[in-house]
Amino acid sequence: MTGQAAGFEELRDLYQEVILDHGRKPRNQFRMEVFDASARGDNPMCGDRVELFLALENGQISKASFLGRGCAISQASASLLTELVPGLTPEEARAMGARLREMAKTGARDDSTPALARLSALSGVHEFPSRVKCATLAWHALDAALDGSKEASSE
Amino acid sequence: MDAIPARLDVARLRQDFPILSTQVRGKPLVFLDSGASAQKPRAVIEAMTRCMETAYANVHRGAYHLSEVATANFEAAREAAQRFLGAATPEEIVFTRNSTEAFNLVAHSFGRALLKRGQVVLVSEMEHHANLVPWQMLRDAGLGIGLRFIRVTDAGELDLEDYARHLAQSDVGLVSVTHMSNVLGTVTPAARIARMAHEAGARVMFDGSQAAVHRAVDVRAIDADFYAFTGHKLYGPTGIGVLYGKRELLDAMPPFQGGGDMIETVTLEHSTWAAPPARFEPGTPAIIEAAGLLAAIEYVNAIGMEAIEAHERALVEHASATLAQVPGLTLLGRAQDRGGVFAFSLDVAHPHDLSTFLDRRGICVRAGRHCAEPLHARFGLEGGTSRASFGLYTTPEEIDALAEALAAARKFFA
Repeated sequence: MTGQAAGFEELRDLYQEVILDHGRKPRNQFRMEVFDASARGDNPMCGDRVELFLALENGQISKASFLGRGCAISQASASLLTELVPGLTPEEARAMGARLREMAKTGARDDSTPALARLSALSGVHEFPSRVKCATLAWHALDAALDGSKEASSE
Repeated sequence: MDAIPARLDVARLRQDFPILSTQVRGKPLVFLDSGASAQKPRAVIEAMTRCMETAYANVHRGAYHLSEVATANFEAAREAAQRFLGAATPEEIVFTRNSTEAFNLVAHSFGRALLKRGQVVLVSEMEHHANLVPWQMLRDAGLGIGLRFIRVTDAGELDLEDYARHLAQSDVGLVSVTHMSNVLGTVTPAARIARMAHEAGARVMFDGSQAAVHRAVDVRAIDADFYAFTGHKLYGPTGIGVLYGKRELLDAMPPFQGGGDMIETVTLEHSTWAAPPARFEPGTPAIIEAAGLLAAIEYVNAIGMEAIEAHERALVEHASATLAQVPGLTLLGRAQDRGGVFAFSLDVAHPHDLSTFLDRRGICVRAGRHCAEPLHARFGLEGGTSRASFGLYTTPEEIDALAEALAAARKFFA
């Protein structure tokens, strides 16, 4: 059984409890009736999909929600996004997305703020090159929504 | 046919495939993605090296000994493919890059020149994109050629009544369907499909990419007009595929692409076409890959396609029983006649998550929609499935390892 446990340990770097939790019970998963920005992100290779809705108020993102289907990583990342970006300006939200892409590339956590520490749960994809796109999909959709375009692709 | 095929000595055969003794993350490789591309036996690897080391020159061009040897070897591969498919003559064998190119060739050449305005191409809902997208392009080319779809039953079989209804409309010019689904494993009744097509005045093409690997194929017994398969799924190299076409059809078809080696005479203004198969093979062909394909065909012939089929039938039986025991697992398709391809979904895990989990145990399966998006939509599985597919080297123990890992994955993700 040690072999099996070891296998699980390794996978826990990718599937940290926060990821599994958000994957199983995504937060803010609904279609926003009134929104200021929206975009859909598609990963054509695997069919992962995230449709993101943003409400803006006084130059800040006031609310975020999403609809989606796909793997635990892509859905957990979208769910985390909807919790982390409210209260941020569009520029701050984009910067957070850039931090995530950086973490996915290097595997290094960023515990400099509580929000980035939570986002760092996704840094484990670094070890799984084919899964990086899953983690960044929602954040590509965020950029597209803020750019005013309708679609983003993680390709 | 009465003789019981000898059981495969799989343990010995596995030694022919160098990659099967490698490890993934310290665990023995359990390769269950042969349906996407099969592993290569040493005979294939060595044949390609030998071609380059001892018999390499361009073919059909040189009047020197080495080129003549290279040409003879290249044509020997064509003859091997001819016998492998039961074709009447080697001229009926066209080398392509893969099955996809074979479909593009037929769509472009036969489709544009020999189908008539108002006629339709009939494909099924379970086609690989290779046997769908070229026909969509033909339909959209402004030639008045239509495209319709034969339904697939809930069991994952071709709906033959729906097929008959389409044929009864008397506008079908070509039927192009798979001989074995790359998702459902369903083997289609090719001879019956061909007979029905011919009775309705239509031509028929089969996608043999999967079937030709798992069963003995006889294009004349089926009475196929066209039949395509690809080398890399048959334990051969990438970059070479085969299109079989009946001689009278190939003779009547214009070229697909222009270039050297496919012409009879060329002036600055015009060219006349060489006879098939050269007409369809412009430019320097896949010479080294042809050597590999020849070795691959000789390899499976030496084992015997009947023996391979019997081994895979046993694996299918074992997998059907074993996977059915995995809690939360749903198998896609339950055709009566099926080969060693199993698509499935697990209730608590997305195919991608599952694939990552299995990979950590050295188990390779495919995740996604397997180039068959419409089929996944047909079964309401837009998010895709996982797919395990077998080869002649697959063992029951590997299927057991998969089932065990799936049960563990369910605990992990639930």
